[in-house]
Amino acid sequence: MAVKTLTIDGKHVGAEESETILEAATDAGINIPTLCHLDGLTNVAACRLCLVEVAGTKKLLPSCVTKVAEGMEVKTDTERLRKYRLMILELLFAERNHVCSVCVSNGHCELQSRAHQLGMMHVRFQYLYPNALVDASHERFVVDHNRCILCTRCVRVCDEIEGAHTWDVMGRGTASRVITDLNQPWGTSESCTSCGKCVHVCPTGALFEKGRSVAEMAKRREFLPYLAMMREGAR
Amino acid sequence: MLLEELIGIAEKQREVRKQICVRCCMSAGCMSSQSAEVKTALEKAVAERQMGDLIEVRRVGCMGLCGPGPLVSVEPNSLLYEHVTPENAGSIIDALTSAGPIKAERCDPQHPFFTRQTLVVRANGGRIDPERIEDYIEAGGYRALHHVLTEMQPPQAIEAIIKSGLRGRGGAGYPTGLKWATVAKSVGKQKFVVCNGDEGDPGAFMDRSVLESDPHSVIEGMAIAGYAIGADQGFIYVRAEYPLAISRLQVAIRQAKQHGLIGSAIFESTFNFNVDIRIGAGAFVCGEETALMASIEGKRGQPRPRPPFPAESGLWGFPTLINNVETFANIAPIINRGPEWYAGFGTEKSKGTKVFALTGKIQNTGLIEVPMGITIREIVEELGGGAPEGAKLKAVQTGGPSGGCIPAEHFDASIDYESLTQLGSIMGSGGMVVMDDQTNMVEVARFYMQFCMEESCGKCVPCRAGTVQMYHLLAKIAARQATMKDLELLEELCDLVKNTSLCGLGQTAPNPVLSTLRYFRNEYLELLQPAG
Repeated sequence: MAVKTLTIDGKHVGAEESETILEAATDAGINIPTLCHLDGLTNVAACRLCLVEVAGTKKLLPSCVTKVAEGMEVKTDTERLRKYRLMILELLFAERNHVCSVCVSNGHCELQSRAHQLGMMHVRFQYLYPNALVDASHERFVVDHNRCILCTRCVRVCDEIEGAHTWDVMGRGTASRVITDLNQPWGTSESCTSCGKCVHVCPTGALFEKGRSVAEMAKRREFLPYLAMMREGAR
Repeated sequence: MLLEELIGIAEKQREVRKQICVRCCMSAGCMSSQSAEVKTALEKAVAERQMGDLIEVRRVGCMGLCGPGPLVSVEPNSLLYEHVTPENAGSIIDALTSAGPIKAERCDPQHPFFTRQTLVVRANGGRIDPERIEDYIEAGGYRALHHVLTEMQPPQAIEAIIKSGLRGRGGAGYPTGLKWATVAKSVGKQKFVVCNGDEGDPGAFMDRSVLESDPHSVIEGMAIAGYAIGADQGFIYVRAEYPLAISRLQVAIRQAKQHGLIGSAIFESTFNFNVDIRIGAGAFVCGEETALMASIEGKRGQPRPRPPFPAESGLWGFPTLINNVETFANIAPIINRGPEWYAGFGTEKSKGTKVFALTGKIQNTGLIEVPMGITIREIVEELGGGAPEGAKLKAVQTGGPSGGCIPAEHFDASIDYESLTQLGSIMGSGGMVVMDDQTNMVEVARFYMQFCMEESCGKCVPCRAGTVQMYHLLAKIAARQATMKDLELLEELCDLVKNTSLCGLGQTAPNPVLSTLRYFRNEYLELLQPAG
């Protein structure tokens, strides 16, 4: 495996050629904010938080899917990137009904911690207050669309790791919704194995276990890199 | 099929031609104003007057001037009639035999709308019956494919396209030959040719017209591309909103198969090529190539990040060539008449001709094919005949929701990829919407933003949530409820969505706002409330 050397935020970094900028940065202790990325799942480059500047290209590149290259000069924390990341978070908060104070994942939420990390003080956009539903038909889990940010981690973990493909996305634009089977109540889904992986990869309180009250729903993801590695090995 | 058989079909066609040919436009525009009934009336009139030996009535594709349809032309008399109705259609036949007065409206075929055009892609439009392969063969069809298969090696075919200077007609203008060369070099057990017929820009109907009027030209272009890059399977992706185009394509593919012009061992060579149709399900985003491929694969039509580019990893992970309908329709003429001939049209960097759909506040609505480098003024004022009486032209919108508005003071700009980009618009697929001074530019921006908002696939955050917010801000401005702060926020959003969206659709979604802000900022400012 060939090794590439590049600089990230002025720091010299060595990385395997198959690695992404995000992986190389993480190895070097440089934090790039992400939301849709999760170790062990394929990357979709949808949240756009991990965009970085690379010398020589005018376009901003998603670090989760951009491979490292020899001599690459990457900047992960410029004023422009900070401004864009902040606006993306504002857009997400305005899109659905995110009310931290009554959320099961308060204190354990990636959306919330990103907002905290990036210093989001308020939302300048009009709140859309969509009429989003809650599906509590499953015996153990609940999906609350008010808190969904459409990162599709649940869709990917169900398809790629569990192999059930219970989750998918329907509709388009801001009316998109994650659905179970052919948009039927989760409790009636025939493909769902009730493994709960979707719940634990969900970055927000959109998917949670029944019986959890405010701030009680911490997610456990230790299983994922392990399972992903096992799958790789089996291949 | 051999060349002799091809020539034989063409000769037989010429023998059975009648002395006078009455052509009736049967593409979607004219058919929506009863051209099918007009054709029946024409046939009935010929039969009643027992002129069947002298006159034939032929179904043809689009003649270009769609506004005053249905159109009927008479050859070799060079007569053209507009607004023909089933009632006055018979009088066209009467006039031919001096049996009665003409009641249908005459249209001048020497009008600049017709004479200023250079027909390459649309050369067969309005002349041949799109549902008869014999007509296409008579017009020289499938000769280019024969030539390529028997006289050229794949690299030579690619070289010819490179030399012609042809650039993608779908909007981005990537050099076609270069794309072919890249796919040809890619290694894969299988390769695919895909024709993008998911034309979705508001006010654009170039591809529809090509598919409806001359479907074989697209099939022939795809087969040549297949030979050049080493693919044996092609897909034509057409949107479901084009039922007539789909049915004509089905007929054309069946006929080409029956004649051995696609399928196995074409022209007794070792080249095999099949074409299948895939029908879109009504999503604008499926015109984006990675979303289109996902849709062909049967998945949700959503774009994915590039690289890898389709040339490297496309349909089911195999190298895939994706070109637009109009691009493929240019291939056979380039092979037939030589790349030098084609490169003779246009400007230094934009060669050849381009089809535009001219609509909006203009005298002559329809399709035009003009050489690159023509000015907007020539198109609008000479071909288009200028604004309707009493109106003053204000701007031309090109490139659909990814494009922008070019104001009247820039009408002397030449039509080529670079200068349109410089003006803050794009060539796009060829939609050209003319606006007069009654048009409110904030409303225009709001219309296009609504379109983008509704057509966003929802995958990436800036496009999904950003277009909604831009739409709301534009609506607020239009309702005179916004302040300077809102306008600043709108501009910030434009910058965000343009620079951070995943696919071309999101990256260009702010263009209608940016270009109207650039040229018509006053109209925005007039609607703002004082801060306070």
